[in-house]
Amino acid sequence: METKLITTNLGVANPESIDDYIARGGYRALRQVTSEMSSPQMIETLKAAGLIGRGGAAFPTALKYELAVKAEVTRPWPAPLTVPALYRRSSAFVICNADESETGTFKDRLLMEGDPFRILEGMAIAAFITGATNGFIYLRGEYALAYERLSRAIDAARARGFLGERILRDEGSRSLTPSLDFDVEIRRGAGAYICGEETALFESIEGRRGEPRVKPPFPTDAGLFRRPTVINNVETFANIPFIALKGAEAYRQYGTAKSPGSRVVCVSGHVKRPGAYEIAMGMPLRQVIDELAGGLRDGRRLQAVLIGGAAGVFLRPDEIDVPLDFQSLAAVGATFGSGAIMVMDDTADLGGVLRRLARFFKDESCGKCFPCQLGTQRQYEIIRDPERFRIASGLLHELGATMRDASLCGLGQTASSAILSALDKGLMKI
Amino acid sequence: MPDITLTIDGQTITVPEGTTILQAAQQIEKQVPTICYHPHFTAPSLCRMCVVEVEKSRVLVQACSRACENGMVVRTDTPRVQQARKMILELLSSAVDVSEAPEIQEYMRQYGADAQRFGDAARRDLPMHDDNPFYIRDYSKCILCWRCVQACGEDVQWTFAISRAGRGFETRIATFFDKPIPESTCVYCGNCVQACPTGALKPKREFWIETGRDVSELVRHSRLEKRRRKRDK
Repeated sequence: METKLITTNLGVANPESIDDYIARGGYRALRQVTSEMSSPQMIETLKAAGLIGRGGAAFPTALKYELAVKAEVTRPWPAPLTVPALYRRSSAFVICNADESETGTFKDRLLMEGDPFRILEGMAIAAFITGATNGFIYLRGEYALAYERLSRAIDAARARGFLGERILRDEGSRSLTPSLDFDVEIRRGAGAYICGEETALFESIEGRRGEPRVKPPFPTDAGLFRRPTVINNVETFANIPFIALKGAEAYRQYGTAKSPGSRVVCVSGHVKRPGAYEIAMGMPLRQVIDELAGGLRDGRRLQAVLIGGAAGVFLRPDEIDVPLDFQSLAAVGATFGSGAIMVMDDTADLGGVLRRLARFFKDESCGKCFPCQLGTQRQYEIIRDPERFRIASGLLHELGATMRDASLCGLGQTASSAILSALDKGLMKI
Repeated sequence: MPDITLTIDGQTITVPEGTTILQAAQQIEKQVPTICYHPHFTAPSLCRMCVVEVEKSRVLVQACSRACENGMVVRTDTPRVQQARKMILELLSSAVDVSEAPEIQEYMRQYGADAQRFGDAARRDLPMHDDNPFYIRDYSKCILCWRCVQACGEDVQWTFAISRAGRGFETRIATFFDKPIPESTCVYCGNCVQACPTGALKPKREFWIETGRDVSELVRHSRLEKRRRKRDK
């Protein structure tokens, strides 16, 4: 019932052993890509596989890489002096967004702690496709163990020639194709949800406050240091070696036509077996909760499910037969988002949950744009003390609509979605 | 560079590539409200007052920094846009003292914004900084439009004496480690004061006149203050 495409090594292989990774098939994909494929071929393979980003935005990965490659052609070369000397040689950047701060999400943590080499291999393939020579992993500061494991993995990969110069190119090789040069640096966050937003993440790496930029320009045109950048979630990179090695057809054996492959969902809350489960796209939510996560605790009744984290949407008990794929969830006004599924039974104080969600957005708002900086504060005040704002429900909806419509980035745009969904679905009254 | 043709409120207009929606609208005399935008600074696009509806865009788009694209269909004054602008003004006036910001007050009249919408919600009642001979900083009037930071930074002066500190609602403009202005890199050029739209930054002389103090005392007062600071160090 669980699908095993990208979690095959978790709990089985030693994450600190590159030999374990290689023995279980690791780096065969990178070897195949660098010796037998071209960048356009790899883009076609990803396109045929239909890989969609796993961070929450659900952007087609192949398209992202294609746009970056196109953008590089028009970029001035060499890079301007505004790019630090260390990175000026890189025509593009590959960034792994490992900030994982969406409430109730812990899949990236498990992937990084349990199978760090897979992520590095995925990033190296992305570098091969885009011609990037520098990569970054922007890692949430709180993930100390992931930092240790990733650091050790990077050192080991360098020592074995899977990172650095002339990757997998033998000494004395007379191959005429350019060799892959790619190295990765870890940059640690310092406690800001907003730094998971891609443009705020660039600002953070560049040494500034983590405040988002307006889009366009998009990262593929002007990202880190205003250079073409591909930025993907940890889980997205974890999918790439499988697709590169086994091909698009094999990938499409799983999931649905429009949402192929697998998804690692994070089930938490009032279930018997909370945890991360890799499922085929399209598995009904009810099955995930009842069969994989062991169902509710004895004698309890389901009250609501929050799907997509704080930026997500509440589902009523009668809505949990929805298949877990991007399209089916969108059709019922929900989003898969980061894959977080928080189950609340009848003992949950939903009012407290809404207050906590409102407080989360108030705390994490970066303070740049007016609707969010002021709106998240007001939303929190209203939820915490609805009596004080007599026309609370109408005011909340208007406030939510303004944040959704006019905020500069996704944080403000989704700050009210969970709260308003709870009110609109009658799960709570104000 | 090729020209761009787009439609704004039903009117077709052709503009050079790189023209923003705001500039294009101004060319056909469409009024789009702005607060943080200033023609001499890089548009920060953060007040979101200038948002407009663009066909095929899920969210509203800021006119001040969004470049026109071929075939773009823009509507500058739909109910969705008006509601957002009204709410932004109500949010602003509920938190900040805008009594000396005539442009904002005019917008509030125009959009029917109710300054009392949020009742006695938390305000930014920040202290006034009076720590140098030339300017006062009254941050209870600060709307965080960034103009002062831009003027002090990369858009004009390259002095970087002030920037943003804190996060979210508690964001404020501050010197490095909240040091007094004389201990910062400030060179008293006054560009920030000129750029401030709400009277948060003011020449001390003006402030003294407003509050009925005798400006002939200003120089002596400044000297005494300087001596006091030296003594207290």
